Amino acid sequence: MTAVAILGGKPAVASEARIVSAGRRRGMGIFLVLASVLMLLTFGLGVSAGAETTFRLTSPFSTAWYLAPLHFPVRETSVVMAVVCAALGLLLIVRRRTRGTFVIFSLGVVLFLWSFLAWAARNNLLDLAGMIGATLISAIPIIFGSMSGVMCERSGVINVAIEGQFLMGAFIAEIIASASGDLWLGLACGALAGGLLGGLLAFLSLRYSADQIIVGIVINAFALGLTNYLTDTLLVPYQNTLNSGPTFSPIAIPLLDKIPIIGPDVFDQNIFVYLAIVLLVVLTTGLFRTRWGLRLRAVGEHPEAAETVGIHVLTVRYRNVIWGGVIAGIGGAAFTIGSTGEFSSDMTAGLGFVALAAMIFGRWRPYGGLLAALLFGFANSLQATLSVLNVPINPNILVMAPYLITIAVVSGLVGRVRPPANDGKPYRPQ
Amino acid sequence: MKLELSGITKTFGSLVADDHVDLTVEPGEIHALLGENGAGKTTLMNVLFGLMHPDSGDIALDGEVVHFPDPGAAVRHGIGMVHQHFMLVPVFTVAENVVLGFEPTRHFGLLDRRRARADIHRISQEFGLEVDPDALVEDLPVGVQQRVEILKALSRDAQLLILDEPTSVLTPNETEALFAIMRSLVVSGRSILFITHKLKEVLAVADRITVMRAGAVIGTTTSQATTESELASMMVGRSVELVVHKEPARPGEVVLAVEDLTVEDARGLTVVDHVSFEVRGGEILALAGVQGNGQTEIEEALCGLIEVAAGRITLLGRDITRATPKARLRAGIAHVPEDRIRDGLVTSMTIADNLILDVFDVAPHARLGARNLREVACSGKERMSDFDIRAGSVDVLVSTLSGGNQQKVIVARELSRQTTLLVAAQPTRGLDVGSIEYVHRRIVEVRDRGAAVVIISSELDEVLALGDRIAVIYRGAIMDVVGPSVGRERIGLLMAGVTGDGAASSQTGVETGQ
Repeated sequence: MTAVAILGGKPAVASEARIVSAGRRRGMGIFLVLASVLMLLTFGLGVSAGAETTFRLTSPFSTAWYLAPLHFPVRETSVVMAVVCAALGLLLIVRRRTRGTFVIFSLGVVLFLWSFLAWAARNNLLDLAGMIGATLISAIPIIFGSMSGVMCERSGVINVAIEGQFLMGAFIAEIIASASGDLWLGLACGALAGGLLGGLLAFLSLRYSADQIIVGIVINAFALGLTNYLTDTLLVPYQNTLNSGPTFSPIAIPLLDKIPIIGPDVFDQNIFVYLAIVLLVVLTTGLFRTRWGLRLRAVGEHPEAAETVGIHVLTVRYRNVIWGGVIAGIGGAAFTIGSTGEFSSDMTAGLGFVALAAMIFGRWRPYGGLLAALLFGFANSLQATLSVLNVPINPNILVMAPYLITIAVVSGLVGRVRPPANDGKPYRPQ
Repeated sequence: MKLELSGITKTFGSLVADDHVDLTVEPGEIHALLGENGAGKTTLMNVLFGLMHPDSGDIALDGEVVHFPDPGAAVRHGIGMVHQHFMLVPVFTVAENVVLGFEPTRHFGLLDRRRARADIHRISQEFGLEVDPDALVEDLPVGVQQRVEILKALSRDAQLLILDEPTSVLTPNETEALFAIMRSLVVSGRSILFITHKLKEVLAVADRITVMRAGAVIGTTTSQATTESELASMMVGRSVELVVHKEPARPGEVVLAVEDLTVEDARGLTVVDHVSFEVRGGEILALAGVQGNGQTEIEEALCGLIEVAAGRITLLGRDITRATPKARLRAGIAHVPEDRIRDGLVTSMTIADNLILDVFDVAPHARLGARNLREVACSGKERMSDFDIRAGSVDVLVSTLSGGNQQKVIVARELSRQTTLLVAAQPTRGLDVGSIEYVHRRIVEVRDRGAAVVIISSELDEVLALGDRIAVIYRGAIMDVVGPSVGRERIGLLMAGVTGDGAASSQTGVETGQ
C-alpha cells in the first residue's frame, strides 16, 4: 500500500474559510485613515476647547447597580482617538497577515463612533445604557428573521418571504391577542400564520419547482395586500376590540438584571428576548452538533448525496421551510404584542429583507445573524439618539442610516461568502 | 453475495434505456459492465441501487427477490455504490461524510464524533484505506475522495460494491492503486461491479465482462477469452480501428508562443503558474494532466475567455494576449471546448444555426443586416455531409443529437474557417468509439494541412495517440515536455507531479505496493 500513501498527495488548495483579500484589507485601512481625519478635524479640533460630554452608564429608574456617568473633554479625547484610529488604519494598509483584520477594523470603528457620539453630545448628556437597550429591542425581530433564513437556506430553500411572514405574524398575533385577551394564544397564532406562509412557499417551490425568489416576493405582496385590506376593514372600525391588545411585560431575571450597563437591557426584557437567546443556542447546537443538523446541511449542500444515503430531501426541506416560517411568525409577533400592542399598515417596513441581509452577513450562521441584527439595531438606536441630540444632519437622512449601514456592511465588509452549495436550486428526485 | 438481475426493463418516455437486461455477479468476483455512453449501464445501476424503479424485472440477492424503494433499502441489503460524480459533501469532513445517514449519536441526537472517528479508523486499518477522518473533503485530491466513497460503502458493510466509471478522474497511478484495493476487497469475499468504457482497464482487472449496447446485453465473457478489439466491436456493433494512423510530424514555423502565462481564479489563487510553450505549424502538442490542474484555464486564456494575470500569447508573431474572442476567431483560432453543451453549442437551436454561430452576421449568411436563411440551410447541408453529421435534416435541434454528432457539429463549425491554430479540449469525452475514431482523424488532417494543434486531454490513450509532443501539467505548471515514446508509466507519474529521480523511485513503489 505504499503506492496509495505516496499518491495521496497534498490538497491542491488549502481550506480558507475567511479570505480577506489584500485589496479589501487596504480598503478598510484607508477607510480608517479617512475616518481619523474627520475625527481630528471635526470631532477634535472643530470643538471649542473645554467642551465636555457626559455618557450615562446607568439609566434613571434602572434596577442595575449604579455606575457613575463618564465626564470627559471632547476635544482632547477625539484627538487621541483619531491618532490611534489612524495608526490602526496604517497597520491594516502595511501588514500582510490576514488574521485579525476584522478585529483591528472593528476597534477603529468603535473609536470613531465613540468620538462621534462625544461630539454629538458635547455640552450635553448621552444615555449609553439606554442606547444599548434600544439596540436590542430593534434587533429582536431581525434576529428571528435571520434564524428563519438560516433554517430555510441551510436546507437549500431561499426564504425571501420573511417580510410577509413578519407582517402576517404581527397582524394575526395582535388581532388574536386583542380579541381573546390571551397573549400566549396570540403568539401561537402569529407563529402559525408564519408557518402557513412557510408551507405555501415550500409547496410552490418544492412541489412545482417554482422559482423560490419569485414565490417569496409574491408571498410578500400577498401578505402586504391582505393585511392592508384587513386593517382597513377590520382594525380601523374595531380599533378598541381588535387592535389594542395587551403586550408581554418584562420579566426580570434575579441578580443578572443587576449587572451594570447591560443587565436591565438584556435580563429585564419580555419573552421575545429570552426566546431569541434560547433559539440561538438551540439552533447553533442543532445545526452543527446533531444528526438533525448534519442531515439538513447535507440536503442544502449536496441533495443527491443525501438521497443516496437514504435521506428524504424534500421531506427535510418541507419541514425546515415550515419551521422557518414559524420562527419568522414569532419575530412578526414581536412587532405588535412584544412592543406597542397595536398593528399598523406595513409596520415591518422592509425589516424582513434586512433580516435576510443579516443572515448573509452572518454567513448563514445563527450567531452571525445575531451580530448583524445587533449592528442594524445599533444603527437604529444611534439614529434615534442623534435626532434627540439635535445633530445638524437632516432627520430624513438619519432615518435612512440603518439601511445604508446594512448595505455598506453587506457589500463592503462581507465580500465573497459561500452560501450552501444548493441554496435556491430545485431538487427533483428521479 | 450473489446478485442476479433478470429481465430488467426501464424506459423514459419512448426511450428504452434498459431492455430485458440479465446479469449475474458471483461472490468474490470483479465483474465489469462495459458499454458506450448511453448503453444503459448507469440506468441499470441506478435501478439496482434503488434510485430508480424498473418497469419490469427482478433483483435477487443470494436467490431471494428484493425490492428497493430507495437507496437506503439497497444499502441495508449490503449494496454500496461509488458514483461517477462523487456523492460527498465538499464542506463536510471525511468522518461526517462517512457517517451521514447512519450517524452514531448520544442523547438528544448529538453526534458521537469520537465513535465515528474510531469506526473509520478501524475500517481504514482493515482494508488499508488511509485517510484522515478530520480532513475536509474539498481539500482532498480526487483519488482520496474516491477512497472516502469506498470507505463509506464499507462502513455500511457493503457486500456488493458498484463502481461507476471510477477511473475517469484518476491519474494512471491512482488507477493502479484503485485496482489494488479492488483486488483486496474481493479476496475478502465481497463482489465488485465495475462499470466502464475503457477496454484496457477491463482486461487488467475484471474476472468476467458483460458488454451492453443500446440498452441490451450483447454477451458475457472473461478477460482471458477476449481481446481489446473484440470487446470494442461488441460495444460498437461493428469492427473499429483503435489505433490512430498518422505520419511523423513535419513542424514548420512557430505559430503559437505562450510566455510566462499566469492566470488567477476568482479567489486570487494562481491556477496557471508561469507557463511557457511553443507550438509549430504541422505539429500536435498534447497538454496532459488530471482535470483541475489548470488546463481548462490555459484553454480559456488561449481563446480569450478569461482574463490573464500576466504573460504573453502570440499567434504568428502577433500579440493576442488581450484580443477579444472574435478577433481571435478571425485570426484563425479554432476552438473545440471542453464542455460542448455549455460552451460549444446552443442546444435549443438547429444544426444549421449552430454551424454558423461564428459567421452568422457576415456574407453570405447575412445581407444588409438580415439573415440569408437559404444560404444558411444550403451551407449547413453541405457541411452535414462533409463532416458526417447524422440527423434527419439541418433543421433538427442540436439537443436531440447524440454526443458524437453534437461534437461533429462543433468540429464542422470550427474547421470551416481558415485554421491556423486548433485548440481542442477533451475532444472525445463521452463519445462512442466510432466517433472518437472520426474526431481523431480530423484532428490529424488539420495538422497535416499545416495548422498548429493544441490538444487538452486527461485520457492518456488519447494523449499518446495524438501528441507529437506531450506537455504534462500539474498544479498549474508544466512538469516536462516529452515525446510519446517515453511511455505511459513516466507520463502517469508526471501527471501525479513526480519528476526525475522521484519518478524512478516511486515507480518501484508502485510495483512493490501491488
